Amino acid sequence: MKTLKFAAAALLAAGLASTAFAQQEKVKAAFIYIGPTGDFGWTYQHDQGRQEIEAALGDKAETIFIENVPEGPDAERAIERLARTGADIIFTTSFGYMDPTLKVAKKFPKVKFEHATGYKRSDNVSTYSSRFYEGRYIIGQIAAKVSKTGVAGYIASFPIPEVVRGINAFILGAQSINPDFKLKVVWVNTWFDPGKEADAAKALIDQGVDIITQHTDSPAAMQVAEERGINAFGQASDMIKFGPKAQLTSIVDVWGAYYSARANAVLDGTWKSTDTWGGFAANMVHMADYTNMADDVKAMAIATQAKITSGELHPFKGPILKQDGTEVIGADAILDDGVLLGMNYYVKGVDGDLPN
Amino acid sequence: MFEAILLTVITAATPLMIAAVGELVVERSGVLNLGVEGMMIMGAVMGFAGAQWTGSAYAGILIGTLSGAAFSMLFAFLTLTLVANQVATGLALTLLGLGLSGMIGEAFVGQPGIKLTAIDIPVLSDIPFFGPVLFGQDLIVYASFALIIGVAWFLFKTRGGLTLRGVGDNHTSAHSLGISVIKVRYLAVLFGGACAGLAGSQLSVVYTPQWVENMTAGRGWIALALVVFASWRPWRIVAGAYLFGAVTIAQFHAQAIGLKIPSQLLSSLPYLATILVLVLISRNRRLTLINTPAALGKPFVAER
Repeated sequence: MKTLKFAAAALLAAGLASTAFAQQEKVKAAFIYIGPTGDFGWTYQHDQGRQEIEAALGDKAETIFIENVPEGPDAERAIERLARTGADIIFTTSFGYMDPTLKVAKKFPKVKFEHATGYKRSDNVSTYSSRFYEGRYIIGQIAAKVSKTGVAGYIASFPIPEVVRGINAFILGAQSINPDFKLKVVWVNTWFDPGKEADAAKALIDQGVDIITQHTDSPAAMQVAEERGINAFGQASDMIKFGPKAQLTSIVDVWGAYYSARANAVLDGTWKSTDTWGGFAANMVHMADYTNMADDVKAMAIATQAKITSGELHPFKGPILKQDGTEVIGADAILDDGVLLGMNYYVKGVDGDLPN
Repeated sequence: MFEAILLTVITAATPLMIAAVGELVVERSGVLNLGVEGMMIMGAVMGFAGAQWTGSAYAGILIGTLSGAAFSMLFAFLTLTLVANQVATGLALTLLGLGLSGMIGEAFVGQPGIKLTAIDIPVLSDIPFFGPVLFGQDLIVYASFALIIGVAWFLFKTRGGLTLRGVGDNHTSAHSLGISVIKVRYLAVLFGGACAGLAGSQLSVVYTPQWVENMTAGRGWIALALVVFASWRPWRIVAGAYLFGAVTIAQFHAQAIGLKIPSQLLSSLPYLATILVLVLISRNRRLTLINTPAALGKPFVAER
């Protein structure tokens, strides 16, 4: 299908080549995806964002995408292809596309590039990401309120800062309610394998956790939670259909508003290279409805979300201790973004060792 | 705890076992079909779709199985009738299956599926431990063992099995004896396709009742490795699939308990175990050669 869709994209591009000169009239936005658009997770949400550009800008926007592009040399070729076919703005939606994006951007100075989750920028390359950890702090609080065993299970993908930060935010949230709250982490070493994700969920439940949260992409763990009669949190997409009785809430990635704004900026000529790391306040992270919990827990979650949105509360406010008890920062200090972006240690309360 | 682990292992091992035993029959007939992953994913998407359309998990599994079989006929036509290269065609079948299933399944993304319920035999399934493990499984688990028994019996105890193995060992001799090599191979590929389809629908109807693209996540390739692991003997597939499943599940439990072993090592354990066994069995070359279909992967064109 990759080739099919690409062929369609190329045809589309050929058809539009004649209108490419009138850039102010129309913007052509292109996307490179790491996975399939049907993963109901990371790539699915980016593709929802792409469709929102078309909905928001109507006739003034055209979008194309290439899915299943591996990180590495293939990525560079795919990005360059999109640049050649007359795309005005190209969104590269995986961390590993960082260097290829910069390389291609150098060759096409008039094309704007947007790289997700990276940190390297140039005159025509912006970066953007979401503060998912804000949501993880809230679900940690909810878990501590709802759990009867006082132990939650966390299905993690790869030990990169993004994932470690989520785990730490979760346990910090939980400990703000119950200082003795424990977290068991299972690494599946994949972003996407529904079977393994389900197996990991079963193993955690058999070990006595009664809340499951995940940083992997499929709704498999949610289904297991529903079947076993425990609670779980969804990831990336609202997974309530997979766990009508299990889902407490989901942390939902929302890219549409950002994508539309950036495409619009190209239209009116105001686009500049920027670094965006937005959370609740920037509308880049949403929480799905708070369900299957008591009213007071729901009220607490809503209050916490409001405080994080307004900036009154920061999930990584001190004192924060590492797993072995050494202090990271003292009371009232807040971890800065640089430290957060490189986070490579567990905070106190997480069971087990962080793989290197 | 042991019971819980075992139940999880059974679910994880079943699709591997079914897809592998199907491929075993294909390879015994002298055909190497590397398209298991593609046929499995077609079974997964059509099994899910079938269950949605009919409202019945059983109908879904049937449709998934038939889809796998139908998809394998494409491979059979290309490699057996048109004598295309088997390796290349198999790889193409996998790529085509992954893409086609994504297109078919687009409407099903984000929809919860219908799960096949376990058979509940009153009294018997209430027996501690043995009840849930032996009598509380779903139909596909029983089918997987029935398939192993059936294939073992067919291959080594029947005339048809002898014919099939003969075709796989020396198609020229088989042909000169008046056996229709192409017909036998068509049937073998069809059976392999049906098994892969059944294994795929187990994924989307039992294991994780949902449709997401690429949900087989490499299980078709593991099934292929299991056939070699089993040195083309049906019962060894049971051992291989269950060993693979057990190591996978055990490492999750080890992590949850908090054993201080790097998770990357634990994740690679099932693969390391497979490689280790492969090395051990291939040390005895004579034994390996006895079981390896001699005409495996070789094209056959009837001389006139």
